[in-house]
Amino acid sequence: MFWDKGKETLAPGDLADLQLKRLKKTLKSAENVEFYRKQFSVVGIRTSDIRTLEDARKLPFTKKQDLRSGYPFGFLAVPLKQVVRIHTTSGTTGKPTVVAYTRNDLDAWAELIARNMTMVGLGEDDVFQNMVNYGMFTGGLGFHYGAEKIGMTVIPSATGNTTRQIEMIQDFGVTAIHCTPSYAMHLAEVAEERHADLPSLKTGIFGAEPWSESMRTELEEKLGVTAYDSYGLSELFGPGVAFECMERDGLHIWHDYYLVEIINPQTGEVMGDGERGELVVTPLLKEAMPLVRYRTGDVTFRMEDGCLCGRMQKIGRITGRSDDMLVIRGINVFPSQIEHVLLSLPEVGNQFMVYIDRVNHLDEMSIEVEMNREYFHGELQDLARIQAKVVKALRDVLELRTSVKLVEPGSLPRFEGKAKRVIDRRGEM
Amino acid sequence: MDVKNYIIRQISVFSENKPGRLASIAKAFQEEKINILAFSIAEADGFGVVRALVNQPDKAFKKLTSLGYNVAFTDVIAVKMKDEPGGLFEIAELLGEAGINMEYAYAYSGKEAAVLIIRVDHLDEAVSRILTKGGTLLEAKVFS
Repeated sequence: MFWDKGKETLAPGDLADLQLKRLKKTLKSAENVEFYRKQFSVVGIRTSDIRTLEDARKLPFTKKQDLRSGYPFGFLAVPLKQVVRIHTTSGTTGKPTVVAYTRNDLDAWAELIARNMTMVGLGEDDVFQNMVNYGMFTGGLGFHYGAEKIGMTVIPSATGNTTRQIEMIQDFGVTAIHCTPSYAMHLAEVAEERHADLPSLKTGIFGAEPWSESMRTELEEKLGVTAYDSYGLSELFGPGVAFECMERDGLHIWHDYYLVEIINPQTGEVMGDGERGELVVTPLLKEAMPLVRYRTGDVTFRMEDGCLCGRMQKIGRITGRSDDMLVIRGINVFPSQIEHVLLSLPEVGNQFMVYIDRVNHLDEMSIEVEMNREYFHGELQDLARIQAKVVKALRDVLELRTSVKLVEPGSLPRFEGKAKRVIDRRGEM
Repeated sequence: MDVKNYIIRQISVFSENKPGRLASIAKAFQEEKINILAFSIAEADGFGVVRALVNQPDKAFKKLTSLGYNVAFTDVIAVKMKDEPGGLFEIAELLGEAGINMEYAYAYSGKEAAVLIIRVDHLDEAVSRILTKGGTLLEAKVFS
């Protein structure tokens, strides 16, 4: 099913023409921003020099830090009176980043969400419960307006009160939910504890955190849904930037909205199809806050094979943001890798916490994970064996020795928004 | 001889090694008026197993599970010892001669006698060997 078949399946030539036209317009509006005027003059480029899509590679990158230093309105390309909404990013360090929207921006964004939701088979027959924060986080209102646009019955349940969330799913016959994968797991656990069936559910949209294929299997089994990955970031509107279609093999990123590059994060060199690197995006339809070559920090690659659904070129699912990446004794570790290992071990639960300390100048990573009730038969050796198994499985994947502590089932924190599973104590004295 | 008569259900509770856990378990027993007959804690690397013989094992299991504890039943046997110097030696020697391999053991000294509670690999064999060697096993019903 298509929301806008013409745009979603544009032929490569037509797409390139459209992208170039929109790129030129975006660069022109970027010149309203002092930061960009300086950036362009430093490298000696006038926007009129950009005549092809490839020429865009001559432009400097924009980093998240740049946006922070422009707090609050330094990146606006339009007068504030044309801005109809402001969100901020969840920024875990320092000041949040402000993102602003004109009326056209909001329309364009809702249009994207409409495409994505239609793509996974949702429509006016569906009842949609949007279980994410409705405040400054873009996931709430972003999905809300897109879902209304395609005529779904929308329940803006936001986060919290899991029992009530379950009741609403049951009472309203909810067919589709949107939340973080960790909250979905929590919801499934609570439903299981209360013996609450959720037979009306069929579609689960999960995003805002990277999640693994084993998590998908687990969520689908527990909630009785087909699970789809949603990717986005506030700087590029919010959720909806890229989304899985029914094939569920990679994310369709919307090339008429976003000029996509993959770069080597160390050198900035542009990489080819199939090569893994950092996703860099120049949004082509943003009015209030145009961005040029924005470094997302997310690691992915452009997929070489086309998709059976006929839509545009896909990127691989994001395995982690470079912000999430931990460097432990010089080895790169993504929390998603830990999650993946734990999900493959039935003896332990899915919740975990990671603590990083510096002991005698060496990084030490310790992981707390819950025992699975069914695997405790009363013997200390059972526990020791399971602990050793977890340590080994983690070492095989991370190439790093970790210490693992088994904790009681249900004792670790559950997260409703973005999960904060990593406590890095290396900076503390 | 019916081996089953001598098999005692021990409650084994998975517990993190942190302050207050034992108090919380003991409080649960108190609330349910469950009497603890014998008890031990085994510890390894941040977590442990609390083992207890109680007079109402099913009730104890249910209560602890409802509190979120990870609980299992473990079969053990209880060997009677003389509560006097040499009592343990006599039994330990008997167990050695009978070729019994203990995984773990703990003891208590009660009103009638001292008792050694043991967890073994092969319960049936252990029961018959101990009895053949002239040892005395407490019957499970003593504990309920």
